[in-house]
Amino acid sequence: MALLEASGVVAGYGETEVLHGVSIKVNAGEVVTIIGPNGCGKSTLMKAMVGLVRVRTGSVHFRGVDISGHDPEQTVRSGLCYVPQTENVFPSMTIRENLEMGAFVRRDDYQFRIDEMLELFPDLRRSARLKAGTLSGGQRQMLAIARALMLDPVLLLLDEPSAGLAPALVEGVFERIRDINSTGVSILLIEQNARESLRMSDRGYVLAGGANQLQDTGPALLDNPEVGRVYLGG
Amino acid sequence: MGLSMSPGRISALLAAGLLILGFLPFIKLGLVVNGLILGSVIALGAIGLTLVYGILKLGNFAHGDYMAFGAYVAFFIVDGVLPRVGIEGAGLGPFTFGFPVLIALPLAALVVALGAIALDALIYRRLRDRAASTAILMMASLGVAIAIRGLVQLIWSGETQHYPRESRQVYHLPMDVRIPPDGLFVAVLAIILVAGVYALLTHTKMGKAMRATSDNPTLALVSGINTKQVVWWTWGIGGALAAVAGVLLAVVQAQLLPIMGWKFLIPLFAAVILGGIGNPYGALIGALVVGVSMELSTQWINPSYKPAVAFAIMIGVLLARPRGIFGDAP
Repeated sequence: MALLEASGVVAGYGETEVLHGVSIKVNAGEVVTIIGPNGCGKSTLMKAMVGLVRVRTGSVHFRGVDISGHDPEQTVRSGLCYVPQTENVFPSMTIRENLEMGAFVRRDDYQFRIDEMLELFPDLRRSARLKAGTLSGGQRQMLAIARALMLDPVLLLLDEPSAGLAPALVEGVFERIRDINSTGVSILLIEQNARESLRMSDRGYVLAGGANQLQDTGPALLDNPEVGRVYLGG
Repeated sequence: MGLSMSPGRISALLAAGLLILGFLPFIKLGLVVNGLILGSVIALGAIGLTLVYGILKLGNFAHGDYMAFGAYVAFFIVDGVLPRVGIEGAGLGPFTFGFPVLIALPLAALVVALGAIALDALIYRRLRDRAASTAILMMASLGVAIAIRGLVQLIWSGETQHYPRESRQVYHLPMDVRIPPDGLFVAVLAIILVAGVYALLTHTKMGKAMRATSDNPTLALVSGINTKQVVWWTWGIGGALAAVAGVLLAVVQAQLLPIMGWKFLIPLFAAVILGGIGNPYGALIGALVVGVSMELSTQWINPSYKPAVAFAIMIGVLLARPRGIFGDAP
């Protein structure tokens, strides 16, 4: 059984329908990438999965439970954590406070988890007392991911974690994602850096116009001439 | 909701400080003391107002009337309830008011806190669920303000009332400074409460969740923060502080009037805007600046123009630094 299975998801904002029946799945332990042109509904799909956007028809099953209609708090508690593309830290709060907020629903003493996160992201340890708003783009992205990891999620949703970063930093982000996956966390990510992202992915999906277009293993999508032409820049 | 100091801000504050020092020979220190007392009352109202704005994006026009309502609830307890159980009196120690006011103060705070939460459930939550704009929320709060004032007038009439009081000596200090003991009580209580709010915001889980929600409500949601509880706490704290501010204002002015809260709205907003909307630490500084400016102005202009001074500060800040003295320059 798949860890996460979205089937026939229809969702949108107000009068506008953005997703017209999208289906994807993530198996336990996998890294799965979604690529597609701007405005094809990738981000909306993630928001629908975590309960920020209402699923109108279709379903989202996570660990066998239909979570469409759950509010974000319930989704987070069930082990599905999400990192938005932008505005993904609390700017006036310190790095430590950001991590504490990530652990909001934890009832145990999560201090050890903060230490683990500062271990995993050494850049953050050096400046744990700084306000998140003063961090560089790369540090901010690391903090955003660390915040989402505070709950030991089963599945992590990352919306363009490398967006807006200098090329030298992008490789670092992908390395961290591989590290996180190697600890047993499944990962679903949206990426513009499709080539790097597909290379480390078990499988990938191409969305277009709010619907599924292609799906295959990561390497197969990399070799697909059509994908190469449209999304990988030749 | 932060207080970071860039070199630019520090030099701006230094310049302001020097300006004040330059004027020092021409001002009466006694007025500064009065201003700090008034500023403490403004601060208690302004901190609640700015928290509500930061977390709910609601410019609460009813905040002044929450203050007035709190003052009248305390009056009801002091005048109507406590005498029946034999608790009466005025002139406790050096203060003009009596022990009953001290009992009524926390009770009034509780009543207004619960009332503010109930009004949110009744009105504002429904509007938020329909994704109402900030303007609509503000208009709704204007309606609440008028309704509360009407209710106060209906129950307690429009006549001037006051807590039972006895005259007391003021403290005389050098340089012709006179401090009424009541003023000292007001300032000390305000300091304690502001310190309490600070501790809550920086050291408790709920306080941090309030700051997080103010920073980024969507991220707060997907972090699993119970934003409903955050909203309740915000109204609870804002309402309780408003009630205390109302009682203290009634003590300082030695009278209660239904209009007292509404008239206080401009100094409140001036303090909030001066400190940067949504920034509770800024609101504290803003409140002291507005309070002192209002009192100092009476040295040169008619005291009935005091609210106009607050209004002028507000307009000036909006024109020059719309994000407040601690915000980024436009």
